[in-house]
Order: sequence, then C-alpha cells, then structure tokens
Amino acid sequence: MKPPPFTYCDPESVDEAVALKSEYGSDSLVLAGGQSLLPMLNMRLARPEVLIDINKIGDLQRIERWDDILEVGAGVRQYELEDHQLVGELVPLLPEATGYIGHIECRHRGTVGGSLAHAHSAAELPCTAVALDATVVVRGPSGIRTIEARDFFQGRMTTALEPEEVLVAVRYPVTPQAAGHGFVEVARRAGDFALAGAAAVVNLGEDGCFTSVSVGVSSISDTPVRASAVESALIGEAPTENNIARAAEEIVPSVTAADDLHATHDYRRHLASVVVRRAITAAVARAHERRNGT
Amino acid sequence: MTTSKASTTSIAAKYGTARRTVTVHVNERDVTREVSTRTTLADFLRDELGLVSVHLGCEHGECGSCTVLFDGHSVRSCLMLAVQTDGHTVETVESLAGNPAELHPIQEAFAEEQGLQCGFCTPAMVLRTKEIIETGRDRELTDAEVRHEISGILCRCTGYQNIVRAVQSAQRRCRGGGRDA
Repeated sequence: MKPPPFTYCDPESVDEAVALKSEYGSDSLVLAGGQSLLPMLNMRLARPEVLIDINKIGDLQRIERWDDILEVGAGVRQYELEDHQLVGELVPLLPEATGYIGHIECRHRGTVGGSLAHAHSAAELPCTAVALDATVVVRGPSGIRTIEARDFFQGRMTTALEPEEVLVAVRYPVTPQAAGHGFVEVARRAGDFALAGAAAVVNLGEDGCFTSVSVGVSSISDTPVRASAVESALIGEAPTENNIARAAEEIVPSVTAADDLHATHDYRRHLASVVVRRAITAAVARAHERRNGT
Repeated sequence: MTTSKASTTSIAAKYGTARRTVTVHVNERDVTREVSTRTTLADFLRDELGLVSVHLGCEHGECGSCTVLFDGHSVRSCLMLAVQTDGHTVETVESLAGNPAELHPIQEAFAEEQGLQCGFCTPAMVLRTKEIIETGRDRELTDAEVRHEISGILCRCTGYQNIVRAVQSAQRRCRGGGRDA
C-alpha cells in the first residue's frame, strides 16, 4: 500500500503545468487534492511516470464572479465552497451538495476540479455541474477550451479532457434569486458513495407553476444524468405532490447501472425516482420560502 | 513528442530526482529531512520522525486513523505526500500535552468518559475534537452533531457512545478553561 515510483513535478503556474501535460500526455497524471488519486496510487491502480502536483498554482484557487457567471478555480478546496459567502449567495446548490462529499477530512484536501476530472458517477460535484448547466474550462497546448458539463462526462470515469490538457476552472451560471434548490442522496452510511443522488433547481411563475426545472442524478449510470424527461413533464404544471411524484418516475428508464455489491438494478430504479422526487420537493419548498421572504 | 524516458531526465534538472529535502513545522518545531517524493505523509511522520500516534489502518482514506492537522485542518495523512508539506505545519497528538506524564484536557475527557477501548482511532479522534473545539460554536454539540462531525473516523470498539460523551466533555473543559462539572 505505497505509491509506485514517479517523477514528481510541482509547477507554480498553469503554463508550466500545461507544458508538462503536453509533453507527457497519458504518461502523466495531475495531482490535485489526492483524495481519489492517492488511494489509486497506494493500491497501484495508477502508475503515472510523471505526477504533476498543481497545489502550488495560486491561479487555480480563485473564486470570482463575472456578470452572471461564478467561476471556481479547479484547485479550490471543496470545504471552501461550504461556507463561502459569494458561493452561497450566487449558487446555493453548491455548498449544499458539497456537504455530502465524503467526510470533512476529505473535503479539506479534495478540490472542485479533481472531483470533476475523476468523474465518478456517484460524485456530488459532477451531478451538480450537470444540473446547473456548468461549463468546464480546460487548457491545453493550443489554449483554452470550454466544454458543457453534460458533454464533459463521457463514460465511466471518462471525460472529454485530452491527455495534454489541464482542467482549470468551472463556470456556474448564477442561480436566479427566486429559484429554489434541493440536494438529496441515499447512502447506507454518512459519507459513503451514494446509491443514488439528485440535485434540483426550480423556478415557479406568478401562477405558482413550474417555469423551469433542472435535475441532475448521480449513481444510476456511467455518468451523471440530466433528467430531461422529468423536467419536461413538470414545466407548466403545479408543484403538487402528485405531479412531482408522477414526473419523477420519468427518470426510471435512464437507470442503466447493473447490479453491484451495494444495490441491484431494480433497487436503483426505485431509488432514482425517490431521490428525484425528494430533491424537487425540497427545491419547491425553498422557492416558496424565498417568495414569502422567509 | 519525445519518448517519455528520455524527457524524464530533462525535467529532473528542474524538479529534482526521486528525492527532495523538505522543511516542515511539525509539533511546533522545524524539521528538515530528505524524503523520497513517493513517501506518504503518514509514513514520513511514523518512520522518519517517530510520531507513531499516526495509525495506519487502511492506507487508502477509508478509516481515518491517520488523521493529522495540516495547516490546522484535519486531513488523512495517508492521502498526502510528505513532499507536499514543505513549508507547512503539521500537528499530531504528541504535541498536545506538555510532557508524557501530562494529559491535555481533551485527553482527560477521553480517559474519564472511557472514550476509547483499543486506542487505535483515539489519536485521530482527539485531533478531530481539537479541531471541532477550535473552529467551534459557542454551545455544546448535540449527540447527532458530534456523530456527524466525527463520522470520518472509524472506531470498531466503542459503538461511539462514549466517544460522543468525551467530545462533549472536552468541549466543556476547553470552553470553561477548567474541569468538567
């Protein structure tokens, strides 16, 4: 249980990190918070020739607002999202979802970019990025490239990131003031990988009916899933218990996860609709609270 | 694109070879050591510095027994490399009491509440308690809150009940600056 040998590089600028990644490509891995990569190294599941530690790159650790975008640097530690005032005001789903990531000891090291690049289907930040229509910003030898979150996750722990590229930031659209959000997971123990999870943001119109619904679902497929069928079933409808429960069933066909040690396929089909229903219900309650100024 | 073997030697000039010299502020003193860049922080603390309160249960971030405070934050020391701590601060449970015959109020609380049995997770629990108190709230945490706060560290003996009491007792001792009522 010790890491295999590698050449350790700790660049202090993004340019330098990109230069290393350009040179070593798939023979190199980026070390961010290390909460997934270090276990993989310790278990010899990963054997990079070159390890590029990006923890000294200050430019990756910024949280900034530009107009209607909140940009979070790839190196921002997950715990920082939890009580960051700007993040809480602009994209309140983020701190809520982040609280579900592992345990506090993991969130003290784990980074935003690391979670997205690792792309575990049960992970909270990929699911949240898909629900929020976030954009992933990557840099390679030919410059900056932006990728929509729903295109970024391509398969089981597989992303659109090329071997020569470094993930540098995530851009989240600022959530409208009147919107409500909800995040729900089902896991056997606190901090475990979710058996299923859902992130929802909803807007209600003057008549109280849904004007927009965005839902991301984790752990039911190889990638986080956007629940488009659930969303379209709710637009224009009243946020009643029955309507939400009926629409939540629309997620079931998207469940592709096979039986595993933790849950059967059938159980995940059941859980998927449960977490979607609960996340939307929580989001509706928040939207009502905001409207009533509580 | 060059073959990687050849270019690895070209970056060695800038980033060094498989060993590096690091200076880390550990338990209130600076220590300088040459380390292999693939040595984990946990192995460095145990094998190089003799700080054997850092317990290795799983070595892949599941059990939490190797928890230390890195720049004041609880982290799993099996999931960091020693080379990453150059210029930073690390605290283990050895730093808490003034000398081996004394106990810190948090340690007293664990002893008096029987917040340990085999002791394997105890250094991690004690450090996490210190962090809870230092970053803490003015009031004593409820049982459920304590369970949530310590959920990153596994204890296979106690069933947690007495650890929860020990954390609450430690909170009272540290807040009042004196002994528990």
